[in-house]
Amino acid sequence: MTLGSIRHEIRIHRSADDVWARVGDAAGLHTWFPGITNCQVDGKNRVIVLGSGAPLPEEILVNDDSQRRFQYRITAPMFVHHRGTIDVIALGDQECLVVYSTEADPRTMALTIAGGTAGALDELKRQMEGN
Amino acid sequence: MGRKILFVTTDQQRYDAIGCNGGMVARTPVIDALAAQGHRYERAQPQSVVCMPSRSTIITGQHVSTHGVWMNGVALPVDAPSVAQVLHDAGYRTAIIGKPHFEPFLDPFMRFVENSFSREPLVGTHRGFEHFEAATHGGQGMLAYARWLSEHHPEAVRMFYPVLDGTLEVNAMGGGETGAPQVWENDIPKDWYHTDWVADRTINWLDGLEGDEDWFCWMSFPDPHHPWDPPKSELGRIDWRDVPLPEGYPQTAAEREAILDGKPRHWKAWYDGTLVSNYEAPAHWVPATLTADQVREVNQRNAIECELIDEALGRVLAAIEAKGWGDDVDIVFTTDHGEFQGDFGLLFKGPYHVDSLMRIPLVWRPAPSTAPAPSAVTRPVGLVDLAPTFCAIAGLPVPEWMEGKPLPVDDTDADTRGFERSLTEWDSDIFGVAVHLRTITRDGWVCTAYQAGHSHDGTEGELYRLADDPLQQVNLWDDPGYAAIRSDLLADLWDHQPAMRQPLRRVEAPV
Repeated sequence: MTLGSIRHEIRIHRSADDVWARVGDAAGLHTWFPGITNCQVDGKNRVIVLGSGAPLPEEILVNDDSQRRFQYRITAPMFVHHRGTIDVIALGDQECLVVYSTEADPRTMALTIAGGTAGALDELKRQMEGN
Repeated sequence: MGRKILFVTTDQQRYDAIGCNGGMVARTPVIDALAAQGHRYERAQPQSVVCMPSRSTIITGQHVSTHGVWMNGVALPVDAPSVAQVLHDAGYRTAIIGKPHFEPFLDPFMRFVENSFSREPLVGTHRGFEHFEAATHGGQGMLAYARWLSEHHPEAVRMFYPVLDGTLEVNAMGGGETGAPQVWENDIPKDWYHTDWVADRTINWLDGLEGDEDWFCWMSFPDPHHPWDPPKSELGRIDWRDVPLPEGYPQTAAEREAILDGKPRHWKAWYDGTLVSNYEAPAHWVPATLTADQVREVNQRNAIECELIDEALGRVLAAIEAKGWGDDVDIVFTTDHGEFQGDFGLLFKGPYHVDSLMRIPLVWRPAPSTAPAPSAVTRPVGLVDLAPTFCAIAGLPVPEWMEGKPLPVDDTDADTRGFERSLTEWDSDIFGVAVHLRTITRDGWVCTAYQAGHSHDGTEGELYRLADDPLQQVNLWDDPGYAAIRSDLLADLWDHQPAMRQPLRRVEAPV
């Protein structure tokens, strides 16, 4: 097993509830994740479509409004293990910290996916702060 | 009408890989002839020993800490300064054909535009290039060569060595007759191989230009970078059994280990297979298992790839002559960094600042119409000096953001204009293993300072006197007899080494 674990985080000047409303919308990931062009949810199953055109099946593990935590795993066979976790943590009434963690085996996929998640956090901030 | 510029790069080619630099295996008559007509640099160094930082230095004319592409996988921003933009703005037609690698290749999200040009043709310019036709080391992926191969010769796509293994790590699988890593018998016909494709596409682009147009064409061959899988039809050029072992290959394990024990600990740890500190070498290959025959076979394949490049360059030069441009074209030939090829019992590359990786071929054949006086330049120059050189060739002022100087034409010119030192830097931080090196080469010394990281506490270093120890086998860093020169070199290093730009650019992918 070669597990890679990478974390990115960003401060956003919007309330945690506002940001969570976007992050917790499992079917709306493609609206703030550059490089994901479509997203279909069926119960616990989600299929995202990458910019390369490749579909990627996922299982939603946690979508917890009270903790503001979204957790999922990619179920494509090339992954021995994957877990993506997005936490929205309130820092005040109008500020929050969004933490996007990626674990993957093979570890190289953690690096490849995490490059995308970092870009997604930038885009989420841009949209939420209205820039 | 001014001087036109053909800029030729290879990928991962040692100084001694070409005949004019003393190479004895590959025949490179085309490059050798250019060197005889122009300037051959005996101490040219990259500012990084891996692709993306080094190529970013070439296009920006900036040190790595300034442009900020501090390791492979970090993208050069699209709006970063570019010498191609300077030339295009001055009226030059501009193209890059072959391997760019300013942005990561592993890009499933397709976030990087250079990976999409084969599907969505370039509109306007990109980094100053009006034509952008990319290739890398195989037939798979999203670049123009892979697309061409899959459309015209789909049966050949999988003939190449699989560069990555099933876990997307650099593949350790061996092949050939010796089982050497990344050696492979490639059934692809020579005409379909990326070396000939790069030359063909370059000729095609040049054919579309008007005779009186000025142009800058970066022809960027992906070879002789591993995998070593040239077309099988060419293997008869050189029998691997006849390839001499490199001077830098210690022939017994005891010799190799004694040399490596004198260096900072990540050297031996890599050799022993206990630490792979970077993504540029196979994660599952142990250098201590490398045999002398494997070194010979790797170097045979490498030399054949160098010969194919030389012949492809010859075809492009013939096309330039046929267009009537021969007297007005400057040709610059170099690479992005070197390769161990058996030195110290190692292959590939990594955070190791020795001549195997840091001394590179560089030839500048000025336009014959300028009546250049041939020379061998011994003073240190760097890839950071190329962008200013292109500006000078075009008769343009060197922009302030460039940190190099136009290349000297001889040692007197070098001394007059202060070519005293070359700086090379390494930073990597991958899965908790961080390595940081800063190196100065001057006055015949190579001095590397290690900063604190995974395997180093910041007190380590390497110091070699090239005249006495051209293979850099005896580390003088801790020798009290050399404390004064070490101190002087470090002071000069820190006086001239730019600080790393902040915030640090993000690692987007492994490569």
